[in-house]
Amino acid sequence: MIPRHLLIGVIVLLAISLTMGVYVWRMRGHVVETQPMATNSKPVTPPVSGPTEQVTLYVADDDPGILRAQSFRIPLPEGRQQRAFELLRALLGIYLDKGSPHQLSAGSEVRDVYLVDPGIAVIDLNSAFANGHRSGVLVEELTVASLVQTLAANVPGLVRVKILVDGEERDTLAGHADLMNFYDVAAVGQMASQLQAAQ
Amino acid sequence: MTTPHRRRLGARVSAVILALTVWVCGSFVSGSSTDEKRISIYSTVANYSLSITDRNGQGYVGLLEILDPLGTVRAKASRDRWKIRYNDVESDFATGKTRVRVHGNDFDLTAPFLLEGNRGLIPLSSLTLLLPRILGGPVTYHEASRRLFVGSVGVRFAAQINKTVPPSLVLNFSSPVNPTVATEPGKLRMTFKREPLVPLDTQNLSFDNKIITSAAYLEENGTAEITVNGSAPLFATFSNDGRTITIAPAPHLATQSPNQGVGSSTASPTESPNPNTSGTRRYFAVIDAAHGGDDRGATLDPQLAEKDVTLAFARRLQQELESRGMAAMLLRNNDTNLSQDQRASETNSIRPAIYICLHAAAEGTGVGLYSALLPSGDETRKTFTPWNRAQASYLAASQSAIKILRTEFDSNHVANHSFSASLKPLNNVTVPAIAVEVAPPQIGVSGFNSAEYQQLISASISMALSEARTNLEAAR
Repeated sequence: MIPRHLLIGVIVLLAISLTMGVYVWRMRGHVVETQPMATNSKPVTPPVSGPTEQVTLYVADDDPGILRAQSFRIPLPEGRQQRAFELLRALLGIYLDKGSPHQLSAGSEVRDVYLVDPGIAVIDLNSAFANGHRSGVLVEELTVASLVQTLAANVPGLVRVKILVDGEERDTLAGHADLMNFYDVAAVGQMASQLQAAQ
Repeated sequence: MTTPHRRRLGARVSAVILALTVWVCGSFVSGSSTDEKRISIYSTVANYSLSITDRNGQGYVGLLEILDPLGTVRAKASRDRWKIRYNDVESDFATGKTRVRVHGNDFDLTAPFLLEGNRGLIPLSSLTLLLPRILGGPVTYHEASRRLFVGSVGVRFAAQINKTVPPSLVLNFSSPVNPTVATEPGKLRMTFKREPLVPLDTQNLSFDNKIITSAAYLEENGTAEITVNGSAPLFATFSNDGRTITIAPAPHLATQSPNQGVGSSTASPTESPNPNTSGTRRYFAVIDAAHGGDDRGATLDPQLAEKDVTLAFARRLQQELESRGMAAMLLRNNDTNLSQDQRASETNSIRPAIYICLHAAAEGTGVGLYSALLPSGDETRKTFTPWNRAQASYLAASQSAIKILRTEFDSNHVANHSFSASLKPLNNVTVPAIAVEVAPPQIGVSGFNSAEYQQLISASISMALSEARTNLEAAR
């Protein structure tokens, strides 16, 4: 003789199984629309706080294709390398703003800046920066000139600048501006003067 | 079982699994490396290519895919029946059967109709039976090469050898063509994937010439191919809006003395003869249509790549320069891959008076004129010039040419700007070198196709170079 409470338990379990089966059968073929996770384009490292300093950023303007030296007050850390990184981050902040005169694609970031003596800076951009960059001689040269000249204006003793993408060498930024060679700061300075003279 | 036995058995099983894995991977690689079978279809509406499915030793192709580019088509599958309506013609097929009904008339295919999913497959051998009934017009099918011509769309060509020094083979086509050109020693191969090229009466031509000896026409797997054989490296140039292809010995050979033996034609670029040799052609300008092949350049709009715009402008500029008596050569006259170093090396071996690299941008206005952005260096104490500073001695001449170009653009009311740019291969060129980036006209990117706009830009460059010619020639 099966005890009564065991019988009731089995019946309840069977009922649950049946209900679940019906539910699963009804759900078959239904596609659950999942929302893709929004890409977080914000930088991971926190912004630097503390006293601000006046710096000169070379800001590109696509129309009419010029480079403008503009003064900004931004908080800068003590270390030379960290300062260089914050300078470029501030510059990118301008380009990533809506209504920027020289738009960069969302997610563009400077991964790091390394200062190597004597007088060499290595800028490491992320792949979103290069892959999403508009293609063209003028727009690419404006970006490169803006990065190099901003560093040169604020980091004394800089002679040459190398640009990497995701830590690796890349032929061009977006099909035109050469990234295989080092940028000569003096030569870019002359180019920046030509771009400023166009104003 | 003892432990050594087990180990031995385990090793054997591992070896068998490894061998099977290698075999499966090998067959996959060898299978994927074989060329996919394709059929090319040419019509007045579109030229396209479709893949072929093999069933029971027969080649099959999807009927819907054939008809879709040609007109309005609707298909409906129900169990073993498949109905298709092309414009006003209704056709009825039954899977596994050869009997079909088109526009109310029954006839038999050469092999059974197949229905896979909703895809109706018909045997290739029945195309000439079925398509005229559906399309209401004649079709010609080259069965061996799988090329199908709907109506009279064939592009004919004629070949003529010019026994000049150097000799040239001129191919005139009834419509513009844009083949892929490949060269190997003594051979130039032009592959026509999209053009409905039809053969000459004879498929092999022999020429009474020591440098360009013969040409052959071949059709295979949906493509047509013309191979020109010679005893020297050959070079193709396009003219007459793509209707004429001229094949001649490569430029550095063309500049050799006529008496020079062909054997010496394989000289390395450093041994290339002096272009000033009397009785040979000297190029005033080398025009480089930037990008090409796999490198599309900027996407100007979804249908328009920078590489195509630069080529169109390059051809127009060549015409403009030649009409003013300045011989110009295109580094690339078709959709081929050329590395930046190849572009520089070829230019340096030709030694023109100026190198002009053409680019196109999706935004901006007018034109940008660029000279090389050179890293600093001191050549005076060095025996060799670094490759990335090869332009150094010619930079002043390049910038002078840009000044004259700017004046010309100003007088033609074309907005312009100029500066140094880190743009390859400007740094590596050992003649005056400039890059021109053309922005779209006011109407937008579609304006790149406008003959007037191409003419305005090309004529301005040409006029300016005509003015700078004396100085550039003197520097050479």
